[in-house]
Amino acid sequence: MSRPEDILPPNLFYDDISARKYTSSSRILSIQSDMAHRALELLHLDQPSFILDIGCGSGLSGEILTSEGHMWVGMDISESMLAIAVDREVEGDLLYADMGQGVPFRPGSFDAAVSISAIQWLCNAETADVTVDNRLKTFFETLYASLKRGGRAALQFYPKDDKQRDLICKAAIKAGFAAGILEDEPGTKQVKVYLVLEVGGTGGDITQAVKDLEGVEVQDGRSKREKKKGETRREWIGRKKERERRKGKVVKKDSKYTGRKRRIQF
Amino acid sequence: MKLLTANFITCSVKSCQSVTPALSFRDAELAREEIDFSPLFLRNILPRIDWPLLQRTAKELGFPALPETKPELSPIAEGDEEGVGSEEEQKLLKELHSLLLETSVQSGKLVCANCGHEYPISQGIANFLLPNHLV
Ligand SMILES: C[S@@+](CC[C@H](N)C(=O)[O-])C[C@H]1O[C@@H](n2cnc3c(N)ncnc32)[C@H](O)[C@@H]1O
Ligand SMILES: [Zn+2]
Repeated sequence: MSRPEDILPPNLFYDDISARKYTSSSRILSIQSDMAHRALELLHLDQPSFILDIGCGSGLSGEILTSEGHMWVGMDISESMLAIAVDREVEGDLLYADMGQGVPFRPGSFDAAVSISAIQWLCNAETADVTVDNRLKTFFETLYASLKRGGRAALQFYPKDDKQRDLICKAAIKAGFAAGILEDEPGTKQVKVYLVLEVGGTGGDITQAVKDLEGVEVQDGRSKREKKKGETRREWIGRKKERERRKGKVVKKDSKYTGRKRRIQF
Repeated sequence: MKLLTANFITCSVKSCQSVTPALSFRDAELAREEIDFSPLFLRNILPRIDWPLLQRTAKELGFPALPETKPELSPIAEGDEEGVGSEEEQKLLKELHSLLLETSVQSGKLVCANCGHEYPISQGIANFLLPNHLV
C-alpha cells in the first residue's frame, strides 16, 4: 500500500471527499481514539490542561482530550479537515496553519502537546525554496518554546523508514528536547511509534519519560549511530541490552509488548 | 478563535520572532458557545494569562473593563475537589470562563502590532499560513 505522504501534499490529499471518508470510518475512529488515549497516558497530566494538538484534522484526537477534561488548540493545514471539525462542533479551538512554518505561540503557553498521525508529513517539503531540515528545525524549535518547563509532547507518527524516523528524532533533540521513542506492537504491521519529548527535564534520557510503562521497549534515537551495518533494530537492541546488563544497569525485560486493548469510547 | 487562544498566540512572521508582539482583533464578529465549566482548568491557566493583554482584548471587543490587576485565588480548600472556591471566587471563575472559553471571534482579522501582517479569521478559524518568504 502506498503512503498518502508520497501521493499528494496534505492539503490536497485531505480534500472534502477524503476528509469526510476519513472521519466517518469506524475503523479509523477507533484506531485514532486508541492512539490519542495512549498519547495522553504518556503525558502524565495531573490536572485539566492546555494542550496543543498538531495536525488535529477533523478533531478525532481532540475529542479524546476534551473527554478527559482538557482544553486544546488544534492546528491543521487541510481546510476540509478543519471544516469537518467545525461541523462536529469540537470544543477545542482551531487554527489553519502549517506546522512546518512553526508553532505561533508565546513561550510557555502549553502544558503539553499531542500529535496523532501527522508529523511524518513534515518530511514532505511542498515547495522548492524550503528544505525538510528547515521545516523540522522550525517546527521543533517553536514547539519547544511554546511548552512550559517540564512540559511534554507525545507525537505518534508513521515514519517512512528508519532513516526518516532518525531524522525526525534528531531534529527534536537538536531543538533541546529530552527525547525517547516508544513502540507499541513492535515488529508487527500495526506497529505504532510515539516520539515522547520533554522540555528541560532529565538531561536527555528517554527512559525517564516512559519509565513506568511496563513491557514496553524503550529505545533511544540518539544512540542509533552505534548500530552495526546490516544489523536489524531488534538485534541491535538485544546487543545493546546485553552490554548494559554486563555493565550492571537496570534494563527493561525483553518482554514482547502484549497488546493492550481498551474499550472504545464511542 | 477563543479569547483564551488569542492571549497566547503570536505573529509568526520571521522578523517578529524576537519581539513576540501581541495581535489585535479588527472587524471582529463574536460568537458565544457553551462549554463545561472547569474551575481546575482556570486555576491552572490563570497564572499564565497575560493580564494586560486580556484587558486590552476585552476593551477592543467592547466588554466591560476587567479588574486592574490579575485576581489572586486562594488555595483550594480541603475537600473542594472541583476547585470551585468561595462564592466570590466562583463568580470570578465563571466570568473568566465565559470570557476566555465561551467567547470567540467568528470572523474578522488579527493584526500584528509590529509588522502589520493581517491574519484573516473565518468560521472561527484564523488563517496562519504564511507565504514562504515571511517564514
Ligand atoms: C491522519 S490525519 C490525523 C488527524 C487527527 N490527528 C486524528 O487523529 O484523526 C493527519 C493530519 O495531519 C495534517 N497535516 C499534514 N501536514 C500538516 C502540516 N504541515 N501542518 C499541519 N497539519 C498537517 C493533515 O491535514 C491531516 O489532517
Ligand atoms: Zn508580525
